[in-house]
Amino acid sequence: MERIYADRKYIIIGFFLLIGLLFLVRLFYVQILVDKYILSANNNVLRYVTQYPARGLVFDRNGKLLVYNEAAYDLVVIPQQVKNPDTMALCRLIGIEKTEFISRLQKARNYSPYRPSIFESQITRDSYGFLEEKLFLFPGFFVQSRTLRKYTYPVAAHTFGYIGEAGPEMIAKNPYYRSGDYIGISGIEKSYEEILRGKKGMKIRVFDVMNRDKGSFRDGRYDTTSVAGIDLYSSLDADLQQYGELLMTNKKGSIVAIEPQTGEILCIVSSPSYDPNLLAGNIRKKNYTRLLADSVYVPLFNRALMAMYPPGSTFKLVDALVGQQEGVLSPDTRYGCPGGFPLGNGKKVGCHPHPSPTDLMGAIQISCNTYFCRVFKSIIDNKSYLSTRQAFESWRKEVMSLGLGKKLGIDIPGELNGNIPTPGYYDRYHGKNRWRSMTIISLGIGQGEIGITPMQLANMAAVISNRGWFYTPHVIKAIGKSDSMNVAYNTKRHTLVDPKYYDIVIEGMANVITGGTGVIAKIDSITMGGKTGTAQNPHGKNHSIFIAFAPVQNTKIAVSVVVENAGYGATWAAPIASLMIEKYLNRTIKRKDLEERMINGNLINGKQPESERGQGNILPD
Amino acid sequence: MREDKGIFYRIDWVVVGLYLALVFIGWLNIYAAVYNETHNHIVDFTQKYGKQMIFIIAAMLLAMGILIIDSRFFSQFAWFIYGFFLFMLVVVIFSGREVAGSKGWFAIAGFGIQPAEFAKMATALVLAKYLSTLDVSIAKLRSLAISSAIILVPAVIVFLQHDTGSAIVFLALVIVLYRAGLTGFIPLAFIVLPVLGILALLLPKLILVAILLLVAGGFYFFSNRKLRTTLLIIAISLGTIGFVFSVDYSVNHILEPHQRNRIHVLLGQDVDLKGAGYNVNQSLIAIGSGGAFGKGFLQGTQTKYNFVPEQSTDFIFCTIGEEWGFLGSSVLVILYVGLFVRLILMAERQRSRFSRFYGYGVASILFFHFTINIGMTLGLMPVIGIPLPYISYGGSSLWAFTVLLFIFIRQDSYRYDLV
Repeated sequence: MERIYADRKYIIIGFFLLIGLLFLVRLFYVQILVDKYILSANNNVLRYVTQYPARGLVFDRNGKLLVYNEAAYDLVVIPQQVKNPDTMALCRLIGIEKTEFISRLQKARNYSPYRPSIFESQITRDSYGFLEEKLFLFPGFFVQSRTLRKYTYPVAAHTFGYIGEAGPEMIAKNPYYRSGDYIGISGIEKSYEEILRGKKGMKIRVFDVMNRDKGSFRDGRYDTTSVAGIDLYSSLDADLQQYGELLMTNKKGSIVAIEPQTGEILCIVSSPSYDPNLLAGNIRKKNYTRLLADSVYVPLFNRALMAMYPPGSTFKLVDALVGQQEGVLSPDTRYGCPGGFPLGNGKKVGCHPHPSPTDLMGAIQISCNTYFCRVFKSIIDNKSYLSTRQAFESWRKEVMSLGLGKKLGIDIPGELNGNIPTPGYYDRYHGKNRWRSMTIISLGIGQGEIGITPMQLANMAAVISNRGWFYTPHVIKAIGKSDSMNVAYNTKRHTLVDPKYYDIVIEGMANVITGGTGVIAKIDSITMGGKTGTAQNPHGKNHSIFIAFAPVQNTKIAVSVVVENAGYGATWAAPIASLMIEKYLNRTIKRKDLEERMINGNLINGKQPESERGQGNILPD
Repeated sequence: MREDKGIFYRIDWVVVGLYLALVFIGWLNIYAAVYNETHNHIVDFTQKYGKQMIFIIAAMLLAMGILIIDSRFFSQFAWFIYGFFLFMLVVVIFSGREVAGSKGWFAIAGFGIQPAEFAKMATALVLAKYLSTLDVSIAKLRSLAISSAIILVPAVIVFLQHDTGSAIVFLALVIVLYRAGLTGFIPLAFIVLPVLGILALLLPKLILVAILLLVAGGFYFFSNRKLRTTLLIIAISLGTIGFVFSVDYSVNHILEPHQRNRIHVLLGQDVDLKGAGYNVNQSLIAIGSGGAFGKGFLQGTQTKYNFVPEQSTDFIFCTIGEEWGFLGSSVLVILYVGLFVRLILMAERQRSRFSRFYGYGVASILFFHFTINIGMTLGLMPVIGIPLPYISYGGSSLWAFTVLLFIFIRQDSYRYDLV
């Protein structure tokens, strides 16, 4: 009678098969269709330990080490692994109180019992050596090494820039960076980041459920080794840079020196500055906040690249070049100077007493305002153009070809364009085409809307000494041993002014030193061309400006000096430029009195000599 | 006929082959699960794989002993064996030692022996013995009551040992009763009620009751509308509705907190992956990370580094899933299902009712372990800690499952001798 139930075996077998099939489908789903479990499994056991390469070093043009790395050590703790620590001994080793020890350990435990926390950061190398020997006594504590940027000389902070942890935007933008990675934030650390940083390596370690290191994953098959960063050979002259910063003590302003034949930057001084070591390592945050808050010295501001000044009388050199190029001026052109250039409304652009009339060379030599107002007027009123506007546009193009009014494209971030005003600007200001040469005459003597950075000024001196061409200034001359360099810095840029027009300007500049407004800069053993400038500005006393190059033949150095609110160009900027040239070419300073006076001059919070106070409206120069 | 050729020509080598394959797979994966560099010699009796090797050798000896014993011994002494293990089940409550919360273990010569594992075999024997008695018919209420008692008495005792998982296993024998003629409603209820219970926890009760009433109305509409049928439909409707309302109460008041958590984890209502959901989540991670072909023998990171708990016992399937991937897991599932089907086919070829019912009992118990264990590691079943037959580490379970199976192989080998 039970045979009638024999068919039930099919139901039972069917049920077994159904469950088996259900498992196969589920396995297919879990193992093949979704991949989240693979990711979770990797998260469980794999720790990706980044191998940080040493960042590239930076040398000066004479092979002196400027920027290097120093090992720093963090004492790290994994609370779970801490067993019966000899608390007192460890406290003595790192110099903390017992209560501090307990609270730090608790803090680490609160973060995670299994993951490492930094217990004491950046232990000195000495105490590390001591600690390393004893560390086996303290299970759960270990030392993690990192590198810190160090600077041989406490100078050129703005040029070097600094590094810091990559921010969230950077991490989102560039997949190379991970949280905790360092990245160049300013200066050459930023512009040469990809060369300096090298290539990170990755070690994959396997950890068990107790977070114990079980060795490398698959015998290191997937590990990558780090590649050290490439060293940079800078064109900076460490001695000159140091000397420049010394001269600029207690002054606001900057010094830029360039080797005209190569475009290599010899020094960039922006004063006031700071010791670059202040922004390295874990003291960076604190110091950065302090430096940022300093509204009197504004030490983080790189004046050499980011401050615009009216060039004042140094711009007369540009008038001389463009005037000749436009055919409205020749070396023989002579203008008389009745003590100023009448503006037609009863006012005049004043000039200081000097022999009159002068030719072009004489006008440069004694910096005659009247002469260059006339030159500028004749450029803008040039009858070969249909309109003032056209003449102005031609002027502007030639001026800008001298490297003014636009970023030069140097290899340090943050450079400003400067400003050579556009016709559109005057249209807005005076009405469309309702402006004439007389309206904008102050441009002729480097005042008005013109803004030029110290870097551009130095480059202009280099352009003149080269007779019409320049290499884009750059601070890095070679990447690694290979001498390879960005082609942009190996390409000559020619101005729109014919080389033949430079000779008279160079001669005039030489006369400025031998018998003109810049005699104070004269060095007996060195021929030099220079030009003083005194820039009116709305921030107080005039800026003292000087540009120079030396020697006149086969020039080795072109320099610009701006000293803010210091008075005449000849008073501060010219002597400082002269000392820089002497230092660079002779390596020693003979004029100790002058040097001492310049170094000790305090123009920020010191009293200034009575004789330098009180300036006229338009300045003799 | 084959009776002249001796026992080893008559035993079913397919089943023995499946058995040996599973035992080998088990040992291999126990080795992988506990493998570490310091203990990697395959014969190391301080390690679980070393001990399992001893268990396996002992199991082989047991199996051979059973094949030598007269095949009638087990039907003759079924009640005695049953009584013996019932007694042991009671004794162990008072004198056993506690392992993982359940008091079901004897410590003998350093090894733990769990009588509950053997009690399943004994119960299957007695059930077969009782059902094969001439005047017994499951259609009779008296026979049904006695059959149920045979199953429930050891189940209740095991439940009292706080070993809920093993207790539930006894219910698998309902498949034997079904084959013996039990109405299909009861095994169906075993499937439908848990599903209904899950729905009761997931859906608002009023909606569920409405659905049930609709279904009942449907049955009534298509039925013959006799009084008896109508009353039956009403009774079943009231019963299921009552069940729906009692599920909540049961889960919240009768189950122990850890069991309640397991239900919530299964239903996806507890996403605390560090708490109650940890085991299942890590189990799925291990299996899921195996991919199509697995990470390779001894290359499983999740099991090797102890992310999966109980990886050599209840969660041994994780090691297989991780190291052998979909391919290996599927092979294992197919081996198991093949074993069950083979057992059913063997049971059906028995002339003796005792052998047939016992064969069904063996298949039911093994199948139930397989379903619960693998279902658990795949997140399809609540976490119920019962071993995967022949694979999981442990002497008691391996020996008990070996004895369970080989008694049937012994019966089968002499199927032509028995009337």
